[in-house]
Amino acid sequence: MNNNTLIEAQHLSRHYGPNIAVNNIQFELNRGEVVGFLGPNGAGKSTSMQMITGNLAPTTGSIGICGIDLLDKAKQAKAHIGYLPEQPPIYKELTVDEYLKFCARIHRVEKISVTAAVDKAKQRCGLTKTGQRLIGNLSKGYQQRVGIAQAIIHSPAIIVLDEPTVGLDPIQIREIRTLIRELGEEHGVILSTHILPEVQMTCDRLQIIRDGELVYQDTLENLSQQSRGSCAVIGLSKEVEQDKITALPDVASVERLSPKRWRLLFNDGCKPVPQIAKQVVDNDWGLTELIPEQKSLEDIFLDITTSEEEHPAEENVPAKDDTA
Amino acid sequence: MIVTIAARELRATFLSPIAWTLIGVTQIILAFIMGSGLENYVRTIQPRLHLYLTPPDITSEVIVPQYMWLAIIMIVISPLLTMRVFSDERKNKTLTLLVSAPISMTEIVVGKYLGLLAIVCIMLATYTVMPLTLLFFGNLDFGLLFSAILGVFLLMAACMAIGLFISSLTENPLIAAMLSFFLILLLSIIIFAQGESPDVFSLAHLSLFQHLMAFVNGLFSTHDLVYYLLLITAFLILAIRRLDSDRLQH
Repeated sequence: MNNNTLIEAQHLSRHYGPNIAVNNIQFELNRGEVVGFLGPNGAGKSTSMQMITGNLAPTTGSIGICGIDLLDKAKQAKAHIGYLPEQPPIYKELTVDEYLKFCARIHRVEKISVTAAVDKAKQRCGLTKTGQRLIGNLSKGYQQRVGIAQAIIHSPAIIVLDEPTVGLDPIQIREIRTLIRELGEEHGVILSTHILPEVQMTCDRLQIIRDGELVYQDTLENLSQQSRGSCAVIGLSKEVEQDKITALPDVASVERLSPKRWRLLFNDGCKPVPQIAKQVVDNDWGLTELIPEQKSLEDIFLDITTSEEEHPAEENVPAKDDTA
Repeated sequence: MIVTIAARELRATFLSPIAWTLIGVTQIILAFIMGSGLENYVRTIQPRLHLYLTPPDITSEVIVPQYMWLAIIMIVISPLLTMRVFSDERKNKTLTLLVSAPISMTEIVVGKYLGLLAIVCIMLATYTVMPLTLLFFGNLDFGLLFSAILGVFLLMAACMAIGLFISSLTENPLIAAMLSFFLILLLSIIIFAQGESPDVFSLAHLSLFQHLMAFVNGLFSTHDLVYYLLLITAFLILAIRRLDSDRLQH
């Protein structure tokens, strides 16, 4: 393990009775990286987060936090983690300052540096003006910010945020995303969400989890490269038989959108748009449009999370009878 | 770390109206009890003081019964003080904050318990002001007074440990309060299960009140002290185990 690996999770599983919430997940988090955990509701995102932060013991597997085993030396390992759970763990009867001071203290921030740490966290989360207010009187968005401030107050190496932008207004969401990007520069951030644009805007790497299993894992850069140009829409002014369209170079399958418009799906890794254009013009089919389509993250997400839905891996799906 | 958690617990209790109300109401009840005790002493005992070989003094006749009453009131009050300790944290999902922090479950539980003990000390201090006003009119038996205070303190400390454990079981403060009340009441009334002879073991030995008697009679008894300490330790360990089991696999 090199020095930059902050989290190394291996073969993580967690069972709840007969249900398997998380099944044999492995992943790494490096310094200076924002990793997005994406998945539909109930896929096991929060369970994974809870295991990483020591709130839940995994049934099997091991978690290394900055080289320290979380299960053996929980106290030392937890000192490196800042965690914002789904519901921010705030004491509504305290003021923001009091609360953050308490958080700093229980995270073992030295007494003399507590005030500085509180000020820094407040400044980063845009809470400088609300220090004296009772947390219970703040709006949901501000409470969420207090939750984030709590997670970064001891400047941990790892920041785990479970759906950090839920309940925020669009401006706040943008601010929080900027903050997450900033945090990702010096810390390692794990972000769980089901909001797709959020992942696109903030994350370096993406992990999609479905029914407790990690089904996709890649950098966002690779993803956008891969997805670019994997299909195209072609419009012709003449009606052409389907066989002829399918015979175009590197076309895997075609879909008829209207009598004169087709969607072409290319073979994996091929980018035959120029050749196709040439051939169509040569055949004189009357090319009116040829638009390479980029598969959006949403498409990929839906592909991955809904594929095999008809044949779900049986052990993972709790008794759910749709046909009944 | 423990101190930080204890301080927050103390603060949380005094930020809510519960502690203030309980202290105030109890004070009124104790004032009434002390008033009637004093009246009784002045009317029936004082005129006959010359008849006694060892005349009963005001501490044993007025003040100690007041602490006995306090102990009884405590059965009702202590569940109200302990009910929200862990159930509120569960309900508001703030327990995560403590569990995620680099502190052990033992530190969390002991910290919270010390916070409760601090509340108990503050309450006892306010209740003791009234008996001390009698110093204006005469002398008190301080040995007996302190022994009674210590006894009631131990009883309250035991109630706090029981309540803290029960509060770790549920996320509903009301249920926590009810359960602690019943458990403490049960542990109190089994004092009536006295055996035929003192040599035979009887359930009364487990009673919270049985072990208070020596203290209110002015006897510092290590055997009763050990009872309370064991009871407190047992319930704190139970609470630690309970909270740890949230995390673990069943």
